Amino acid sequence: MENKQTPLGYISFSVFAWIVGLLIFFPIFWMVLTSFKSELEAVSIPPSFISFDWTLENYAEVQERSNYFKFAMNSVILAVGSTLVGLVFAVTCAWAMAFNPTKRTKNALLWMLSTKMMPPVGVLVPIYLLFRDWGLLDTRFGLIMVLFLMNLPIMVWMLYTYFKEIPTDILEAARMDGATLPKEIIFVLLPMAVPGIASTMLLNVILAWNEAFWTLNLTTSDAAPLTAFIASYSSPEGLFWAKLSAASTLAVAPILVIGWFSQKQLVRGLTFGAVK
Amino acid sequence: MGAIRLEKVKKTFGTLDVIPGVDLEINDGEFVVFVGPSGCGKSTLLRLIAGLEDVTDGKILIDGTDVANEAPAKRGLSMVFQSYALYPHMTVYNNIAFGLKMAGESKEVINEKVQSAAKILNLTDYLERRPGALSGGQRQRVAIGRAIVRNPAAFLFDEPLSNLDAALRVNMRLEITGLHQELKTTMIYVTHDQVEAMTMADKIVVLQAGRVEQVGKPMDLYSKPANKFVAGFIGSPKMNFLGGELAAKHTCHEIGVRPEHLAVSTESGEIAATVKIAEHLGAETYLHVVADEYGPMTVRATGEVPLGEHDKIFLTPEPDRIHRFDAQGLAVAAS
Ligand SMILES: Nc1ncnc2c1ncn2[C@@H]1O[C@H](COP(=O)(O)OP(=O)(O)O)[C@@H](O)[C@H]1O
Ligand SMILES: [Mg+2]
Repeated sequence: MENKQTPLGYISFSVFAWIVGLLIFFPIFWMVLTSFKSELEAVSIPPSFISFDWTLENYAEVQERSNYFKFAMNSVILAVGSTLVGLVFAVTCAWAMAFNPTKRTKNALLWMLSTKMMPPVGVLVPIYLLFRDWGLLDTRFGLIMVLFLMNLPIMVWMLYTYFKEIPTDILEAARMDGATLPKEIIFVLLPMAVPGIASTMLLNVILAWNEAFWTLNLTTSDAAPLTAFIASYSSPEGLFWAKLSAASTLAVAPILVIGWFSQKQLVRGLTFGAVK
Repeated sequence: MGAIRLEKVKKTFGTLDVIPGVDLEINDGEFVVFVGPSGCGKSTLLRLIAGLEDVTDGKILIDGTDVANEAPAKRGLSMVFQSYALYPHMTVYNNIAFGLKMAGESKEVINEKVQSAAKILNLTDYLERRPGALSGGQRQRVAIGRAIVRNPAAFLFDEPLSNLDAALRVNMRLEITGLHQELKTTMIYVTHDQVEAMTMADKIVVLQAGRVEQVGKPMDLYSKPANKFVAGFIGSPKMNFLGGELAAKHTCHEIGVRPEHLAVSTESGEIAATVKIAEHLGAETYLHVVADEYGPMTVRATGEVPLGEHDKIFLTPEPDRIHRFDAQGLAVAAS
């Protein structure tokens, strides 16, 4: 690609990008830094930057006080479970919308997306009551259902934009070749949509991993994921910043690593297929 | 067997009446070409036969059984798409084998059939490649291979050559004709190119706005077009239509004369004209002229003709090659 920008424009754009990048990164950096401080140093003013006594005691204490792996396991189950369940519904839904559209398909898509604009707090009470009556409180199954439904509109949207780019002819060829609908989807559509499906799954795993509203409100211990693990270190009094930072660092580390290694897929996914 | 019969087949998209009602008889083993201008409903008609679109009304009989409500796969037909529609994630081998796998054939049978199709189509060396690594002509062959291994009752082609360059198109045209002679299976071939229609078809179906204008052998359509539309569509360069005095002389509304049926003279003739552009092709010369009384006309003269811009010439239609049309554009039988 030819770069038509002037050097000055290029430099100022780069500087701006770096500033934005650092601003976004700073809280994470500060959190990791704080997790290695003592509680006293964590709240000292002015804050110390690099020159403090590096310590691992917060991590040791977090390990001692709670079972990180139980929470992490729940996070994995919830994130992966809700993604897999969501995929089954989203693939079939996006197939119908992309390859058999009607006049109302666009409206249906917009309506689905509009449900994401409602604050979850608005439905907290009814969902809480449903969960209580059906015995779903603090169960992984219940949370998987909520997380999957919460992210379904985004999954459908993403898959729809990817499926849209696949020529209908190829699916029709499969139909002529005698493929039944499930075989058409499994052997022809899905293999062609692998990049789209991968980024959809990735984004969904991240969203479900980071989801803190429902996971905190609907779990107490059995199904509690890492969000609850973090929350358990915040307390109304006493010094807890360093330990909280250590817990948070532990909680975001796995997803940060996954995100780092799948940046390309993610960018593609987050731009909803607009960038090719 | 592959005799196909359409009875009052109708198709509407919403309020758009694409196929108002078509009756058609296709015999077993025939090479039938649907030809007509872009947007006239050729593809739609083919897709109705394939089962990729549902008929709004009417019957589609394959060997006597009405399949109008059957799934595409149940109809025993194969289709070659304009875009080839190969499976991009599969090798050529698996592209060709896919239909057989779906039919639950054994590995040995599949291998045997794929190999023999590959041999017929010169694809043996490419079986392990992906479609992305093939040329346009090779992709076309894979699409045809995929169609022939299933041993269909009939082949459906939707403008299969329109994505190829001119030279390759002529080659593939001959290959498909050769394939038909070899397999003797019914083929329905859709094209907007009347040259393909004329050169390949046993029977041509001329369509316009979803209506069948005429059905017949290529030379019948050429020599006895049923109406002005067919007369103008079949043949290249297009037929000249003349009204006025000449039409009156032949007791009709308009006469049609093909460019190749006009004798050229520099001394005398029925139509006086001035040459605008002369296209010299070597074997023949196309003269684009303006007739004093009839406006622009095209003349196709054999060999090299030493004429150029502004030359005055005279044209005379061959008397037994004149087509006569009434005010509705229908052909009038010779009196
Ligand atoms: N799925 C569809 N929905 C609405 N209109 C369609 C659809 N498919 C085709 N048409 C219309 O039907 C007419 C015939 O199309 P088509 O059969 O593709 O023509 P051809 O193949 O002869 O060029 C066109 O006017 C086209 O716009
Ligand atoms: Mg078409």
